Amino acid sequence: MPQITYREAISQALWEEMEANPKIFLMGEEIGVWGGTYAVTRGFYDHFGPERVKDTPISEMVIAGAAIGAAMGGCRPVAELMTINFAFVAFDMIVNHAAKLHYMFGGQMKVPVVIRAPGGGGRQLSATHSQTPDVIFAHFPGLYVVAPGTPYDAKGMLKQALRQDNPVMFIEHATLYQSRGEVPAGDFTVPLGKSDIKRPGKDVTLVTYSKMLQISIDAANQLAAEGIEAEVIDLRSLRPLDLEPVFESFKKTNRAVIVEEGWKSFGVGAEVAARTYEECFDYLDAPIKRVAQLEVPLPYNRELEQSAIPKAADVIKAVKEVL
Amino acid sequence: MEKTDHLKLYKQMVLIRRLEERSAELYQQGKIGGFLHLYIGQEAVGVGAAAAMKPQDHIITAYRDHGVAIAVGMEAGVMMAELLGKATGCSKGKGGSMHLADVSKHFWGGHAIVGAHLPLATGLAVSFQYNHSDSVIICMMGDGATNIGYFHESLNLSKVWKLPVVWMVENNQYGMGTTIERASAVSEIRQKAEGYQIPNARVDGMDVLATKEATAQALEHARSGNGPFFLEAITYRFRGHSMGDPERYRKQDEIKKWQEDDPIGQYHDHLTGENIAVEAELDEIENQVEAEAVAAVRFAEESPNPPPEALWEHIYVNA
Repeated sequence: MPQITYREAISQALWEEMEANPKIFLMGEEIGVWGGTYAVTRGFYDHFGPERVKDTPISEMVIAGAAIGAAMGGCRPVAELMTINFAFVAFDMIVNHAAKLHYMFGGQMKVPVVIRAPGGGGRQLSATHSQTPDVIFAHFPGLYVVAPGTPYDAKGMLKQALRQDNPVMFIEHATLYQSRGEVPAGDFTVPLGKSDIKRPGKDVTLVTYSKMLQISIDAANQLAAEGIEAEVIDLRSLRPLDLEPVFESFKKTNRAVIVEEGWKSFGVGAEVAARTYEECFDYLDAPIKRVAQLEVPLPYNRELEQSAIPKAADVIKAVKEVL
Repeated sequence: MEKTDHLKLYKQMVLIRRLEERSAELYQQGKIGGFLHLYIGQEAVGVGAAAAMKPQDHIITAYRDHGVAIAVGMEAGVMMAELLGKATGCSKGKGGSMHLADVSKHFWGGHAIVGAHLPLATGLAVSFQYNHSDSVIICMMGDGATNIGYFHESLNLSKVWKLPVVWMVENNQYGMGTTIERASAVSEIRQKAEGYQIPNARVDGMDVLATKEATAQALEHARSGNGPFFLEAITYRFRGHSMGDPERYRKQDEIKKWQEDDPIGQYHDHLTGENIAVEAELDEIENQVEAEAVAAVRFAEESPNPPPEALWEHIYVNA
């Protein structure tokens, strides 16, 4: 199977779906003439033209809002926010409108919009540009919130997002664009709202997603050298949140560590741990551990920043505490 | 304009007025919950604007939306049922007074976050342009919405992309209880459109025919590929901002002065003065409307509440 990058996977998904469905258009800052600040849409403007690859002013409220409005009007817009940190500027559009219009008007309106935004830290962009606020969006019923961690999932989930009628926050990771993985050449989709076992194991359950999948797999491989077999479950979607594979795994391993890049307080780990306690209390052999970002705004200095973001060593340490 | 067209506009304005009076009573009886923002005094704006629409045109507005709902042809009973939160309401009892809509009539709501429907209107206009249709959307807003960021991003993009939208401000002199002069750097709201080089005009929003004519011109400007038009309708609400308004910010004299320009009274006098209709015909319309309002309230009151399972419906499409 061919190996492609996470960037190429997303780019291919957009390209193939645009070729297949004329209702799809792209809009965002510097996606056209520039080719995308992360080069995801390089070549799109020349091929699809300015009507389908719309450069916008720096106006996140109306980028998100007009994409939602065009979706109401029957199009399938993909709005690109340059980073998910700018989604805060468009927050009301996403959580008060994309998430609610279908419900609030009794099913009269549909909002088949995809809002793409890269997030995550580790690139020395300081506090406002390095966040992982995925859970904030996942708090709201009515949205799909997905964050693939592999090129395969990125391509399959984006294609699926463009073939269904609900608003999707499609959260990419800025430091994954260069990562490579196997992706089949033909057409395929990956369901939204389905977790996936990325590495089988019997001793401990690692629950993670997005960039932290890499960290968790790395940790699992190191643990295997010591004879500890970790099962790694990739959530892939935060809403809907599919925890059945987690519960099944936990009933086997009786131990879990949850690994996320965002802050621990009120985070993915808090949610997954609480639900696992509720559903699997009789199977519990040790307190569930959470590995997450230190509760500080991420600083510019490289060493300081790196010290706040979870590493494989943090995961290994947590696993050894629950064993 | 044919006589029947005149009588239709007159009937719509009177129907809105009567329904709003009923709504106020139902609110005081505790049958309508939440917030209730009455359209009394502003009827000529919504009715005039909707009358100018062609079948392919669309409209969207803010939370003071009852007038537009009736003006686009929503059945009075369906609107009243929504106010009462009933399953037969236009939004199945999930939206309430601030979230009326009828997409089949190209009425996209009913939006309660000030200014937030402006980007949605922008996007609907993008969809018309993308599909090469000759539809235009009228986006109505209060004067207060012109101070929020959404307004500026939406006007700017509409001009840059030459979108088929008519921005229509219902300038009723107050954003809740704050006068324009205390809230807006420019008190002649249409001047804000100048900053984006969007052609603009002011119209007497108490005059339904003038509003209809100005809206029709604005729609044709936007339809012919010239991009957006900005229309400021000068109007006044005779009741408080919402039912919970103590109205400490204005004097009775001011309200009385504006009531001399009552849009319904003015139109009544125009119709009889110009011999378009006789008094008895207008009386007959008022009687019809009274019966329609009574029937609407009865329909709403007799309608069932949404079933418990409705709580979980329409969170997602096909899920």
